[in-house]
Amino acid sequence: MSGSSAKDSEEQAEFRDYCKKFLAENHPGTPPVHIPQGALELSDPEALVWLQKWQKSAYDAGLVGCDYSVDCGGGGRTNCQSIANQEMQRAKTPFMPNIIGLGMAAPTVYFHGQDEVKKALLPKLLSGEDIWCQGFSEPGAGSDLANQQTFAEKKGDSWVINGHKVWTSLAHFASWMILLCRTSKDDKYNGLSYFVVPIQSAIGNGVTVRPLIKLTGETGFNEVIFEDLVVEDKYRLDDVGAGWKVAMTTLAHERGAGILTTPSSGGMETHSEKGADIGNAMSLIDLAKQSYRNGTSSSDDPVIRDAIMQLVIRQEGFRQNQRRIGVNSLLDHPARVQLQYKLVATEIGQDVAQLAYEIEGAGSSLYVNDENAPAGGEWPLAYMNSFGITIAAGANEVQRNILGERVLNMPKSK
Amino acid sequence: MTQPKNFGFGEDETMLRDSARKFFSDNCSPDKLHGLVAQNPNIHRDIECHWDKTLWKQICELGWTAACVPEAAGGIGMPVVAAVAIAEEAGKVAFPSPLISTFNSTFALRECHSEAATLALEDIASGKATSLAITNKKGSWEATDTDVLLTDGKLNGTAYFVQDAGKAEQLLVAAKSNNGIGLYIVDVNEDGVAIVQDGIIDLTRDQAHIEFSNVTGIQVAAHGEGDKALAKAMPAILCIISADMCGAGEWLLQTTTDYASTRVQFDRPLGFFQAVKHPLVNVMIDIDRAKSLTYNAACAFDYEPENVEKLARMAKSAASDMAVFASSRAVQFHGGIGFTWECFVHLFFKRQMHNHILFGDGKYQRRKLAALLMA
Repeated sequence: MSGSSAKDSEEQAEFRDYCKKFLAENHPGTPPVHIPQGALELSDPEALVWLQKWQKSAYDAGLVGCDYSVDCGGGGRTNCQSIANQEMQRAKTPFMPNIIGLGMAAPTVYFHGQDEVKKALLPKLLSGEDIWCQGFSEPGAGSDLANQQTFAEKKGDSWVINGHKVWTSLAHFASWMILLCRTSKDDKYNGLSYFVVPIQSAIGNGVTVRPLIKLTGETGFNEVIFEDLVVEDKYRLDDVGAGWKVAMTTLAHERGAGILTTPSSGGMETHSEKGADIGNAMSLIDLAKQSYRNGTSSSDDPVIRDAIMQLVIRQEGFRQNQRRIGVNSLLDHPARVQLQYKLVATEIGQDVAQLAYEIEGAGSSLYVNDENAPAGGEWPLAYMNSFGITIAAGANEVQRNILGERVLNMPKSK
Repeated sequence: MTQPKNFGFGEDETMLRDSARKFFSDNCSPDKLHGLVAQNPNIHRDIECHWDKTLWKQICELGWTAACVPEAAGGIGMPVVAAVAIAEEAGKVAFPSPLISTFNSTFALRECHSEAATLALEDIASGKATSLAITNKKGSWEATDTDVLLTDGKLNGTAYFVQDAGKAEQLLVAAKSNNGIGLYIVDVNEDGVAIVQDGIIDLTRDQAHIEFSNVTGIQVAAHGEGDKALAKAMPAILCIISADMCGAGEWLLQTTTDYASTRVQFDRPLGFFQAVKHPLVNVMIDIDRAKSLTYNAACAFDYEPENVEKLARMAKSAASDMAVFASSRAVQFHGGIGFTWECFVHLFFKRQMHNHILFGDGKYQRRKLAALLMA
């Protein structure tokens, strides 16, 4: 049901062969430590080091940042990242630890940063040596992102930053942060500016990072406090007051609708054999065959069968939507399908995990700390974690406003 | 086999779709449609079949009925996505015609591989409206179930839920004998054929049950072969109905978002309120899913036959559920006016409710799909 190699360009075809060959010989193998479900759940430094080693080896081989220019540490290729991603997916390699860096910081710095800063920061970002985090959300600026209160004040050639960021994934490992903040109180949107700021090197010197514990019991995200952090002006991205525009570049890439394809890898079994294939509706079929609810096989329950098929259909529909995005004659509105990406993908993931929970019947009450938990307790964990992404990056309610207003041209809800 | 990235939707298919879009927008406004099919709201009205035969003649002259007829039978030999594209445009204007029935018959005849079937396809290519008479009284969509029997070489019994029977010129009839299901072409004017029109909710179609009494038919598929031909054609048929629902769904979405942007209550256009806006976004998401799945299944018919039944059942499931949701939201969000006969929404609402059940609703498709995937 996929035709990834049909119609590759000459460069892509050659690169695909190269990737296949590299991955056949350089898969990092079985991890020596427990690897969580995704990069945003990383809390063990040993797991981080192992994953960084993998990202570095993929970067050194040219599989990460292939479409970035050579002077910024990229591969200087055209439309090749998607090829590398497909082959890494196929080879079931581990995920990349520097997920915020690759998905959001890199394209933003690339399109809005000064040459000097791009050349200095992007190579270590792409290689995963520097982990990045994102400073957008604040206690009073969640879905209403433009309501930023963190303030940067110009003093001589530098900026002095004060404020409070929350839900900052990976800040505890991060060298750098992309930071949206206020430089003027006169205008909600035009009073915003965008910076890259140091984290690790400034801890105790203007930056404090405090871990927050998720409802799952996992750590991985933080609050970050700025108290008179001094940042050189060269670390400002684009003009003073252009922060909102720059943030749109970040968000477009985060929502899968950006110009550059995010380097991504995954599919590796990170758990024991009984682990769950999180996010794949097809895996619910086997789960149902192995599970019992109310005393009988879950796969014999017609209501469960129907529910699984609904999700298999939604998942296939999502995949075919991504394929249709590439066929102009089958799109009446240029951004309509693309802008649905985040909303649809995260709700399918959440519903798959929720249904898995139901399929497991009474066994779903057992968590990851119980050796008898079906699939290692991974499905209930995935369900709880799924709220992270239905809320993050603009809660799905905000996504529905965006779609209703920008695509269906309905009046603004504010 | 691998599918092409563009769903097999090339230049020829795009041109055909664009010309269909133009034809319908030039000739088929909702206003005109309402005047044609909704003259008489009386709940006990006489059963009548309203359609514009002149437009149908033009469509035949444009060669649309020949689109998926093989070249060997005088057709254009285009892939199933071509018919899907036309059906989607027809759905957008809730077009009353035997077009969809004729496409469905074409797909069934293409699987018969007999000389008689080729002759019937030649007739379709030159514009002979054709419909399937294959369903029994219990409304089974299984190819092996028919209430028409072959007795002494003649067709006897009744076919139910025959679409566009009042517009068709010939029928493709499934008949049972001891050797299994055979398929026959029967002219609607043949002796012993009695078409009894059903009183149906959808104003843009007609439907009948057809009684056969010692009718002579032309065999196009031998007994034991007919059900196989129907089963092979079924994925394409499901795609056509799904495409019609996608088109009608798009009309319902656009019309309702337009209304939500202009109708003011509590000093705001309705679309300001998220209780209205968000469900309409959900309708859009459901339409896009159904569309992509429909193109995928149609393309699979020609390029990925080993998976086409699964993919077509996915498409029909998604399209049927979308059709119900899109039409319910359209009536609801039009408020009081949406509840009246004069508002055009009911034409599309009723067509969607009919499409939704035709050849099996979402629940049925998922039951079949589960049997394929969870065996």
